[in-house]
Amino acid sequence: MAEPLLRMNNIHKAFGATKALSGVNLEVYPGQVHILAGENGAGKSTLMKVLTGVHPADEGKILFLGRPFYASHPKEALQNGIAMIYQEFNLALHLPVHANVFLGHEKSGHGVIQFQHQRDATREIFRRLDSDVDPNALVSRLGVAQRQLVEIARALSVDAKLIIMDEPTAALSDKETQKLFEVIRALQQQDVGIIYISHYLEEFGEIGDMISVLRDGELVSCVPMSDVTPDLIIQQMVGRKIEDLYPKHEHVLGDVVFTVEDLKSPNGTVQASLEVCSKEIVGVAGLVGAGRTEMLRALFGLDPAEMKLLQVLGVMVLPPSPRRLMRCGVGLLSEDRAGEGLAQGLSIAANMTLSIPEKISRFGFLSFSRQRELADSLIKKVGIKASSSAQRINQLSGGNQQKVALARLLGADAKVLLLDEPTRGIDVGSKAEIYKLVTALAGEGKGIVMVSSYLPELFGMCDSLYVMARGRLSRKYRIDEIDADGVMALATGIAADASVTPSVRG
Amino acid sequence: MDQKSWWDHAVSRMLWLSGKVGPLFALFVVLLIFGSISPDKFFSTLNLGNVVGQTAVIAIAAIGMTFVIISAGIDLSVGSLVALAGVYATMTMVKVAEMMPGHILIPIAAGIVVGLLTGALCGLINGAVITMGRLPPFIVTLGMLEILRGTALQSADGLPITRLPRGFSQIGNAMWTIPVGNTVIYLPYALLILIPLAILAWFLLKYTVFGMQVYAVGSNEQTARLCGVNVTKVKILVYIIGGITAGLAGILHASRLNSGQPSEAVGMELDIIAAVVVGGGSLMGGEGSILGSVVGALIIRFLRNGCVVVGVSPFVQRIIIGLIIIAAVFIDQLRRRKLSEE
Repeated sequence: MAEPLLRMNNIHKAFGATKALSGVNLEVYPGQVHILAGENGAGKSTLMKVLTGVHPADEGKILFLGRPFYASHPKEALQNGIAMIYQEFNLALHLPVHANVFLGHEKSGHGVIQFQHQRDATREIFRRLDSDVDPNALVSRLGVAQRQLVEIARALSVDAKLIIMDEPTAALSDKETQKLFEVIRALQQQDVGIIYISHYLEEFGEIGDMISVLRDGELVSCVPMSDVTPDLIIQQMVGRKIEDLYPKHEHVLGDVVFTVEDLKSPNGTVQASLEVCSKEIVGVAGLVGAGRTEMLRALFGLDPAEMKLLQVLGVMVLPPSPRRLMRCGVGLLSEDRAGEGLAQGLSIAANMTLSIPEKISRFGFLSFSRQRELADSLIKKVGIKASSSAQRINQLSGGNQQKVALARLLGADAKVLLLDEPTRGIDVGSKAEIYKLVTALAGEGKGIVMVSSYLPELFGMCDSLYVMARGRLSRKYRIDEIDADGVMALATGIAADASVTPSVRG
Repeated sequence: MDQKSWWDHAVSRMLWLSGKVGPLFALFVVLLIFGSISPDKFFSTLNLGNVVGQTAVIAIAAIGMTFVIISAGIDLSVGSLVALAGVYATMTMVKVAEMMPGHILIPIAAGIVVGLLTGALCGLINGAVITMGRLPPFIVTLGMLEILRGTALQSADGLPITRLPRGFSQIGNAMWTIPVGNTVIYLPYALLILIPLAILAWFLLKYTVFGMQVYAVGSNEQTARLCGVNVTKVKILVYIIGGITAGLAGILHASRLNSGQPSEAVGMELDIIAAVVVGGGSLMGGEGSILGSVVGALIIRFLRNGCVVVGVSPFVQRIIIGLIIIAAVFIDQLRRRKLSEE
């Protein structure tokens, strides 16, 4: 094989007393997709930050294109051919695509931007990627998948030899993911090296050539993708064997606790009817943007919608408002943990008790001791790792933040939990704990709605499944009535019904 | 421990300390600087008493502004509202005194009630337009700044309202004189308004459900809504509180001038906002404290007074105050960055 594009040798990095990286090696060859796996906090991000010049390494050598490489700033890394595409895109929403692609290195003559030049160059880049994005379109009008292409195009516009992708498929539907893989393969053909960071194990085999697994800042393994199985990867990531990621459960369903009939959003984009029993975990599958979040928001009263019926434990709740639904025992876990789910600047205790002022106050006066007691008991119940209930949310890891958000619903004694992407962006270990918790809650008799874009999770957890496609919710399927192919057929609108006999289930 | 880490350690200790007692420390420094330049004049008990009296107007309005700023709002109309409330309060006093010759207390009381109601009503308008109209607070209150100023000038015909009931000017100007040894301490009557108000506001913010909700709305409005907090109600209440305190400040200001001046207090909103910000309030919402804002008001007043006492030109005075505002926020940002790193 050719010379490696990138060689990182014996990289050490410590923040104060915490060792973030100890002696990590990484080699990436041209045209190779190198997967970087590991739990949150394993050191993936730090390693990439060292490479792109966000943090300097304490020790170690980096060779890029055969020469010693050191970037003091991400811009310097980019100019030298290393581009990083973050999970949260860095795009100027109000500018057109071509301006975003050439942001910071505009094609200009005497300080005047040559728009035609830029447009043509942008079009040419998209041709290389075998995709059609209009160079003149405003980025704010583009979907997530297309925005990502703009990011990739920006990397190519400076002729990047190495592209780092951080969780590129987290916000993509399966179809869009396939499209991204085609783009990645096109990049491989052009000898671009890719470092691919992801939580989605089943993608690895499809796209990866090599895989490096990090754990606690150390390189655990670096092998060709063909030599490992998903189970082995998980084992290496968490350092122990996770026998059952999804806890086994056999719920004998109770009475119906939550009914929605003929929900209709004002512009008619979302239409749904839904029923949940006690002890039942109901999954809602669908492509990103199908309207699942909109449905949950509407029936929680956060967005306006019409409904024929909204019943919680036999009580009519119309029109819905967050306050009213919570009083009746419904809780919503937001998909947007940072933007909506939690107040980042406030303490764990304040976040947990924000929805239940009546439990921590008398005549409008707060009792801090009661707030602390309540928060402490919830921290214990859901297993949050924190120094105290006074700790601020933004000092917690993603998994622990999500547990705080979940604990808030429990603190409010929710009988019906509406969970929107409960495991998005958290590591495998935390995922397993959340699965366990949700299953236990169902066992206690709660009804659970779980919206997820991650099919294995839905099939692992749920008793029954709805599929949403273009704002329309399907009928309810028992989990043994439908398989992954059936869900995709429904979600993409190929089929209107997708029952399979249990024996055919894949 | 090597040189650099020792320095880092010292800096982070200082920043930690500044987060705990920052505004108080800054006030101490201000007092120390001017006190050392001109101890006799600056530290004369009469001067100190005077400054505290002057501070009361801004501090009272800053207390209300603290609620607004914690909720991630802003109220630019308070300066105009101080003038308008003063004008309406004094107009009422004059009218009622005409109707009831010989009475002093009733006209003054009526004037105070009208002044407070003016503040509450204007706050309600601010809050209602911002929440129902879904408009940015900056724009709404900027518009109200003009509207209220115009209303004040129009109502008073552009002229000061004078011939107020005797005794009204006592509220803002009079001081108790307490002999201590061979000197005398001057305590302005205005403290009787400021201190209870500050304690009440502090309690409201810290120990009530409403206070918690103000912080929550400012920290993340979406989260508050998700948690069933009536965001509209909280915001309207916050602007009403801001309006009432501005009304109170207006009455006190009119008392100090012994007249209702429709063209007074121009730009005072900036001093008030500066007091909150210097006192640790964040314009992004979610942070701020009553004690901080009151101390912030004292810092700004003592700076102005100190400059006058030691003979700094009023022009340079403004430059210094501008620098202090930026420095205060800069230190606060440093502290926060350090905090999020740890």
